[in-house]
Order: sequence, then structure tokens, then C-alpha cells
Amino acid sequence: MKLPPLEYACPTSLSEAVALLAAGGGEARALAGGQSLMPMLAFRVVAPALLVDLRKLPELREIEISADGVRLGAMVRWRDIEDDERLTAAHPLLKAAVAHVAHYQIRNRGTVGGSIAHADPAAEMPGIAVTCDAEIAATGAAGQRTIRAADFFLSALTTALKHDEIITEIRLPAWPAKRRWGFREFARRRGDFAMAAAALFYDQDAAGKAINAHVGMIGVGDRPCRLPEVEALLNGRTIDEATIERAAEITSATVDAQEDIHASAAYRRSLAGTMVERALRSAAA
Amino acid sequence: MPTKFEVNGKPVSVNVEARTTLADCLRHHLRLTGTHVGCEHGVCGACTVIVDGDAVRSCLMLAAQAEGSKVVTVEGLSNDEALTPLQASFRRHHALQCGFCTPGMITTAHALLSEEPDCDADRVREVLSGNLCRCTGYISIVEAVLDARSAYKKPNGNA
Amino acid sequence: MKNAFIGSAVERREDLRFLRGRGEYVDDLRPDGLLYAVILRSSKAHGRIVSIDTTAALKVRGVHAVITAQDMPGGPPIVPMRLQPLPEFKPFEQPVIADGKVRYVGEPMAVVIADSVAIGEDALEAIEVEIDALPAVADWHVAQSGQSLLFEAQGSNRSLTFYAVRGDADAAFASAPYVRRETLRTGRHYGLTMEPRGVMAQWDAAKGRLTVSGAAKVPFFNRRILAKQIGLPEDSIEMIENDVGGGFGARGEFYPEDFLIPFAARHLNRPVKWIEDRRENLMAMNHAREAEVDVEIACERDGTILALRGHIHTDMGAYMRTNGAVGARNIAQFMAGPYRVPNVKLDVSLWMTNKTPVGTYRGPGRFETDFFRERLIDMVAQDLGIDRVALRRKNLIARTEMPYPIATIAPYEHKDEYDSGDYQETLDRCLAEIHWSEKAKLQGRRIDGRYHGLAVGCFIEGGAAGPKETARLAINEDGSISVYIGSSAVGQGVETVFAQIAADALEIPMDRIRGVFHGSTAYVSDGYGAYHSRSVVMGGSALLDAALNFKAALCEAAAQRLGCAASAIVVTEDKVSAPGGTSLPLSAFAGLSREGAFLNKKHTYSYGAQAVHLAVDAKIGQVEILDYVVVVDAGRIINPMTLRGQVIGSLVQGLGGAFLEHLVYDEQGQLLTGSLADYLLPTASDFPNLRAFTMDRHPSPINPLGAKGAGEGGLIGAGGVIANAVANALQSFNPDLRELPLTPSRVWAMTQPRA
Repeated sequence: MKLPPLEYACPTSLSEAVALLAAGGGEARALAGGQSLMPMLAFRVVAPALLVDLRKLPELREIEISADGVRLGAMVRWRDIEDDERLTAAHPLLKAAVAHVAHYQIRNRGTVGGSIAHADPAAEMPGIAVTCDAEIAATGAAGQRTIRAADFFLSALTTALKHDEIITEIRLPAWPAKRRWGFREFARRRGDFAMAAAALFYDQDAAGKAINAHVGMIGVGDRPCRLPEVEALLNGRTIDEATIERAAEITSATVDAQEDIHASAAYRRSLAGTMVERALRSAAA
Repeated sequence: MPTKFEVNGKPVSVNVEARTTLADCLRHHLRLTGTHVGCEHGVCGACTVIVDGDAVRSCLMLAAQAEGSKVVTVEGLSNDEALTPLQASFRRHHALQCGFCTPGMITTAHALLSEEPDCDADRVREVLSGNLCRCTGYISIVEAVLDARSAYKKPNGNA
Repeated sequence: MKNAFIGSAVERREDLRFLRGRGEYVDDLRPDGLLYAVILRSSKAHGRIVSIDTTAALKVRGVHAVITAQDMPGGPPIVPMRLQPLPEFKPFEQPVIADGKVRYVGEPMAVVIADSVAIGEDALEAIEVEIDALPAVADWHVAQSGQSLLFEAQGSNRSLTFYAVRGDADAAFASAPYVRRETLRTGRHYGLTMEPRGVMAQWDAAKGRLTVSGAAKVPFFNRRILAKQIGLPEDSIEMIENDVGGGFGARGEFYPEDFLIPFAARHLNRPVKWIEDRRENLMAMNHAREAEVDVEIACERDGTILALRGHIHTDMGAYMRTNGAVGARNIAQFMAGPYRVPNVKLDVSLWMTNKTPVGTYRGPGRFETDFFRERLIDMVAQDLGIDRVALRRKNLIARTEMPYPIATIAPYEHKDEYDSGDYQETLDRCLAEIHWSEKAKLQGRRIDGRYHGLAVGCFIEGGAAGPKETARLAINEDGSISVYIGSSAVGQGVETVFAQIAADALEIPMDRIRGVFHGSTAYVSDGYGAYHSRSVVMGGSALLDAALNFKAALCEAAAQRLGCAASAIVVTEDKVSAPGGTSLPLSAFAGLSREGAFLNKKHTYSYGAQAVHLAVDAKIGQVEILDYVVVVDAGRIINPMTLRGQVIGSLVQGLGGAFLEHLVYDEQGQLLTGSLADYLLPTASDFPNLRAFTMDRHPSPINPLGAKGAGEGGLIGAGGVIANAVANALQSFNPDLRELPLTPSRVWAMTQPRA
């Protein structure tokens, strides 16, 4: 399981990195933490001619927290999020979700940008991006652009990113202090990809009714998605047991679950509902 | 491609194909065969080494990416005279059988205890869940790591 | 001095090198001029090979050769069976490289020899293969239909049927007041070792000698096979056992690569090394366990078991490998387990399918059959309204019935019996340790949203396979003593336990035993290796015999030099002394060496009980083990610490088989679990609450140590106990639990209304 023949470059500026990708014409790939790309190379399911390592671009390593929200540089590692105490208040949902990502050693190298670009439907970070209406900033030969998370993930391992574009940061909108949120995931073993996970939040109006509900689903279907029917149910309601149970039913009825080696489609639909139910319960508690 | 970094406190200079992983570079070019390769796709943890203080999977890293780094392998955590407290704890608790996963367990546990000498059993289990062992059933490994914590605590009792 | 190393928790000698990263595994070897082998494997499950075009591959820079069946004059050699080599199996044995047909995904088709593994893999992509696909036989049901035949000339996909017989089961069923019939299944999984397999061969053309590193488990037997295949006298081949990263039954059997790599080395006159990668390992190493039974149990109304009867079907994969029949046979022979079952009539059909061939995996057949049996017993208890523990107690074989004859297997007809033990004792201890009487009230109860379940089961574990083992003791130049032994190390700590046994037998301190040399063919005249939990009993008993011979020879030699009777010589630490006080250092006898052997046709049977308390989150199908207790009586225990390691280690493998590990194929015979991201092994966080207790109350009467093989017991009972506890937890759903592994998806399905 040796890597295919390839060249390696380690540019020291973003423009140089973009130029290398552009010159590669689709045969070059950006290398962030490498924790998803390296196994694919080992299995030779991808065989780029050139790897462009982003490790010498320190500007991609920043975590910036402001009134506008949280900006995660693309090269921010899971470990950095875990260690950043500010995020507990600034984005508790992000912090809770990232706690489920992979294992100790992977967390020391895996990056948010790498995960977003890899676009595994069962990965946490793409799910958080979609749930939170994140913006994904990318720089390519044609300049910078911002892509809404909802438009970014096209299907499993396929994104709207062009071959010469590098993700530079992920922008998560500001997180109100009183926001209610929940995250629940079930995987076969600790650190495995999710069989299903629910990431959700809502705010409350003066009467205590839910507004602005965002309900995201991870690990079911070919990309992370929001559940608009569930969100519609929650908005304007008190999140009580009846509502929670109804939300679980709607989830199970609406998700597009497939059978795979780990589970039947029926199980996954049920699990998706249970994850929403439990995440909502913890949000409302 | 020529790459320079530091292994176990000594500068090294290698010239390997760009596609060479750090694991293969350590084993086959630097002849540090204590680092084992069990899956080559980042699941088993046998190849864990410490790069700039962080435990990482050396099969998921190119040798070229180690340029300028400080790499520590199981050989660098060992000496001829005696087992280290961590190693002695592994032996005392019978935390190894075939020995194949052991270097990865030692490097991972060392990285963990160096940063978190007060970690609890659940944290040890969480961290070690990235290292597969097929012989022991893990119970003894967790016991050994917990028992070695005292050797990593600073003399004043704080981490 | 009177030693007591035997029975002590002596820390292991092996650890000193393993902990420092100084073990030497086969991939750590790199002689000058080394070339690397990479194997092209079939991507189709079943088909006729039309062509293998290696032209482009040979042009890849750094490629030295590409070997196919065409390069073997007279056709590729066949790998013969090691255990139960019946003539009926011959047509189903595996050629070392695909010859005309491919029969499973992963079957070797060509070997590339290159300057590096990476270059070899580049060349693999350049080999053009054309295969005329045939319909795949994806499971035993398809095999039975005969629509597609793996071996056309045989006319059937069934290689053989075994029969297990005791008493008159038909008569017992005819008059039985209670009968239950069930279909039960176990999934396919395997004895994955953390170190993948590896072979390195060096050919010395001048001397006509072949040296093969990476040998494991049964080096002497494998040398015999290789010598015959490659056309060399046995003594022209040396098999070297390096450190071995786990065995579990799977590693060290003779595989196709064990011929291909030596062949390549001789062909090119260069050292050649092949290291299996993990993707290959999942499709090339012996699979195991996949079986289905249609079985009936007959009982009296009071729960007394009268008979077992039924049909067993095992999925053998594409070829009969060296020990492929063992699991199938054991399912039938040991279905009765530790229970008194006077009448048995079982047939076992061995079906060839287009999957990786099977071999033994720790507890072969036993894991499967213990699940079948213990599940049935719980069903009987429920039907008859009898307490589960009481039902087991009633039927356990009593101490006074030992030795107890068990079912014979046709066509072998070898009679076997359980050697010794008190099965009630381990059951009592197990129930006490898990606090059964207090916890039993939790059975099926829902607490904080989770359903609690308990189960207990009893098991026996065979060990100590004969026919023989050999050991030798020798005095080194410095007066220390070395042990040479035909047993093999697969990580179980033989260097330590043999040093314990030798030191006790010679009544000298353990540090006088300088080295324990094992596995390689150069050390003793003949060796039989490590399988069937045999090393301690067979090797240890041979060592006792060697010690007797050695001591007699040493005393004789010392008596001559010191001028006294041999019987008057006393050996202490590093010297021999005569009555008058004169003495000589042992170094004065450097080179003195004596061999000993132990011959044995009987098996030891360690035994025990297992119990679990678990909780099921029914909505997501998640099972958490809250407490798991294994009690094993292993006769005389050499090292309680390493024994506990065997029990807990094997238990977690069993839990892997019960919950996680599953080799999944599709209908085209494609393996869907081709990485460790899909084939799930237990991790450190899965099963934290496991406890093992060892007992030594009943030594084996059939060997001088009194020891019993005990490397597999934790695993054997795990499937049955887990299944029953999950079924008990979910009793309010009337769950349909007849199959392992218990994935969350399956556990959840049991709680759903039946379609």
C-alpha cells in the first residue's frame, strides 16, 4: 500500500500554492493535514502528480473570534479547537462536534479545511458548516470567493471547489450566548465516522418559543443536510416532549437513508430520529 | 528529495522519493525498526511517533513533511541501562504480548502523560482507542498507563 | 534448592526488547541485495483466466521479474493439508498461484519482483489481466444449489461431510417429551494479527541452501511441505522464526506465498522479501467462523438433556487450506461442550464458495458451537420454565464421571475424552464473582432507558495436541544454560514460561537460563510448534524430559571428573559438587547437551464459566458491558500473569466476533470490508469492564506438568453468553436472536415489530 509516484511542493505563500495547483491542471492536490488524503493515496484511489503542502502558510492556522462569529483558518487542527477555551462560549456546538472527530493522533494533524474539502458525508465538520450556515472562503487563480456551506457539498467526496482553489477559512456566524443547542452522534466505536449524528440549535423568543431553528443531519445520505421539515415544526413551538417526539418522527420519515455494510436503511432512519430526539432533549434541558 | 530533520535528538538527512511516508523513512532509510507499520491507512496506531511534541501516525505523513521537525521514536524513549518507568509499568502489568503494537502504545502514552499526567482512566481509554492491540484486550495496557502517571508528575505535585 | 518459579507471576523476558522497540520482526530484516515481492491478486471472485500480460509491467524501471503459473514447469505446486488430510479433500487444495481459474478475490495470480515495494505496486497496475467471469458462489446456499461449480470435475461444491456420533440420537428423539429445533448462524471473521504476514527467502546457490525467515507456528511441518514443493532435501532448508506479531491460529500456516517467495529467491538468485499489506491481509489470510446450523435438542421435562441432532453447514471459501477442516469438525464434536449429552447425531457439510479460504482462528469451531449450544440451552430453559443456572447445573458433567468420553467424528474415528475437572466449581465461582444472586433481579428490567440483561455459560477448551514435542538443554561457554525447543512463539511469552519450567526442573535460579531458543528448524531434531494451545503442555513436558536426561548426563560427567557416584552429585546455581566438598563450575561442562521429548495422543481440557451483565440502549441498538467475568481452571498454572493475559486477550477477540468483526461479501463475491475502517476490531474504549479469575484445582492427569492448554477459553464462551444476555435484556420484545455478530442495526431490529 505504497503511495503512487508523485511530486511534492511546499510553497511559502498562498499565491504560490494557488499557482502550483493551477499549473497542475487537476493533477495537483492540496495537502493539509493529510489524514484523509494519505489513506486514499495508500489505496491508490487517487493518484495526483503533485501534492501542494499547505503547512508553511501560517495565516491559515488562526482561530479568530469576534462579534461577527468564529473564523477558523483552514489549517486549524482538531487539537487546536479542543485546546481553545474561548470556543466553549464562542461556539459550543462546534466544540461538542469536534470532540467526536477521529482519534488522538489524527486530531494532532487533521484540519478543518481538509475535512471540508474531503467532504465525507459522515464527518462532523461539514455537518457543522451546513447546520450553522457557514461560509467557506476559497482562493484560486481567479481570486477569492465565498461559498455558502449549503452550496458547497455536492455529494459524497465531491464539492464545489475548483481544482486550483484552496480553502482559506471557514466562517461560522456569531453565536448568541443564550442559544439552545444539542449534538448527538452514534458511531460503531469511539472515533469512528458517524452512523448518524444530529447537530442542532435554536433561539427563543420572549415567550420561550423556538425561533431560528437549525437542524443538521450527518452520516445519513450522500452529504450533510438540514432538515427543513423539522425546523418548521420547531419554529414557534415550545420544545416539550411532544414536540421532541414529533421531531424524531419527522426526521425518520424524511431522511434519505441507504443500506450499507454497517446498517439497514430502516435502522439508519430510526437512528437519525433518535439522534435528533436526544440532541433536542439536551438542548431543551 | 533531500530532507533534514531531527530524530531522537540527532540531526538526520535523507534523500527519499517524495511519496515515502515518514514511517517507511524511519524504518527502511534510517533503520529505526522499532516503529511498526500495521495498516498503512491510519487506523492501527502501531506507527505512532512524536513530532514536535505531538503523537502522530507516521504512515499518514510524508517524510518530506517532517523537514525541520523534531521526531521521537520508541528508540528515543529507551535506554540501555533500565526500562523507563513507563516501560517498567507495561512489563509489570503484562501490557504486551507479541510486542508489535507496543512501540505505538509507548509513544502514544508518553505523549499523553507528558501533557496530562493527571488523566483519568476514561481519558487513557479515549486516547488509546487510536491504537489497536490484538493480544492483550487492553485492560492491562490501561492499568499500566495509569500506574505510570506518577513518573510524569512534576516534583511539586502539579502537572 | 527447591524452586517455585512455576506458579509465580514472573515478569516476561521478551518484554525487555519489545518495550524498547528492539524486537526483530521479519520486515525489520534487510540483507544486502534485497528485492521486494508484490503480489497481483484476483479482483474477480470466480472466472477463467484468459490471459495475464506482463509485458508492460516488465518494462517498469526497477522490475526484475514477473512470475506466473507459466513459470512453474509441471504446473504450480499444491499446498497440502496439515491437519485431517483426508483423500477426499485433495481435489480442493490450493495451488500456490492461480492456474487456469480464479476462485476468490485475493487469489495470487502473479508475483512482481522489484527494487522496492512502491515500484512493484506501480508495476502491478501495468499488468493486463483478462478473466472470463463465472457466476460467483457467494454462500453455502448457492454452493448447495450446484448452479455454479468451483471444481467442475468434482460435480459438487461440497468437499466432504463429517459425522459426529454418540449413542442413539434418533431413538432418544423418538421418545423425548420435549424437542426444540432452531436455525442459528455465526458470521465470517478472522484471526487478524497486528503484524501482517511476511516471508523473506535467501538462496545460497553455491551450497544449494535455502533460508526462509518469517516462519511461525509450525516451521518444521512447513519445511517439509516446502522441501517437497521446491525439490530440495529438508536439511537444505532452514526456517527461521523471528519475533512474531501475533498468531491466533491464522499466522504461520503454509500459505501460497510461503512457496512463491522462496521460489522467486531461487529463480533470481537474490534475497526476496514479501510483506503482506493490510488490504491483502484481509483477503489473503485464512478466514474463519462462518457457519449455519439446523439443530434439534431433546430433553426431559425436568431439563435433562437427552440428545442433540442436526445439520451443520460451513462456508469453507475457495480451497481446503492446511487446517481448514478443524473448525467444521469442532463445531460437531464439541457442540455438547461441558454438558452430559448421551446421544449425538450431527452432520457437517463443508461447502466451497468463492471467498477467501478458511483456516483455524483461536477457538476454532468452539466459538461457533458454544454460541449455538448456549443459545439453545437458554431457549430450553425459557420453554420449560426452568432457571437457567439450574438447567446448566443439572447437565454439567460431574467430576466423578471423568475421564468422560465425547462424540467421535467419522471419518476419523479417533476416540477422545475430557481428562479431568469439576465443572460445577468454576460455575460457582463465576456466579459468586459477578454477584449473580443479587443481579438476577435486574434481568430484563429497564433502568434509565436501558434494558439490563445477564447470562452465564460454561465452556471447555481443548489443548495439547500431539503427537510430540522436542526440547534440548545445553551448557554454554560461560556455564549458563540454554533451552532449545520445538515450540513456537507467537507472542504468548514462551521464553519466560520455558525458563520458569527449566529453572524449576534443574533447581537453579532463572537467571542461569540464558536463552530460550524456539521455532527455528536449527535448534532441535524435530518440532511441532504452536497450535491448539499446546506449547506449555507439550513443550513444557518435553523440557522436563530433557531436564531429566540432561541432569543424568551432567551428574555422570561430573562424577567421572570428581571421582564419586553420579547419584551423589549435587547441582547448584553454577556448579556441581561432590560429597567431599570438591566442585567444578558448570562452564567446565560447556557443550554438554541433551534432548528430551514428550509424546502424547490425548488432549487436555481446561474449562470454566463466563457471565455477563450488560445494558442495551434499545433505541440505537447499543450494548454496554457493565461487568464480564471469566473463570478458568487450567490445571497447573505456570505463570498466572500470562495466563490472565491469555484469558482477557482471547475474551476481547471473542467480543469482537460477537459485536464488531465481520467480513462482508456481496453476491458477486466481492469483499466489502477491505480496510480497518470497515473491518472493525475492538479498541481500548469498547470493553473496559472485564475480569478474569484463574483456578488450578484439577491438574491434568495426562502430562507430567499437570498443565492444560488455556489460550483460547476467554474467546470460546463469549458469543453464547453475550447473545443470551442481549436476548434476556430484550425479553419484553420477544427478540429473534439467532445470529452473530450483534451489530447495533441487528439489535435494534429485534426490538421492532416483526414483518
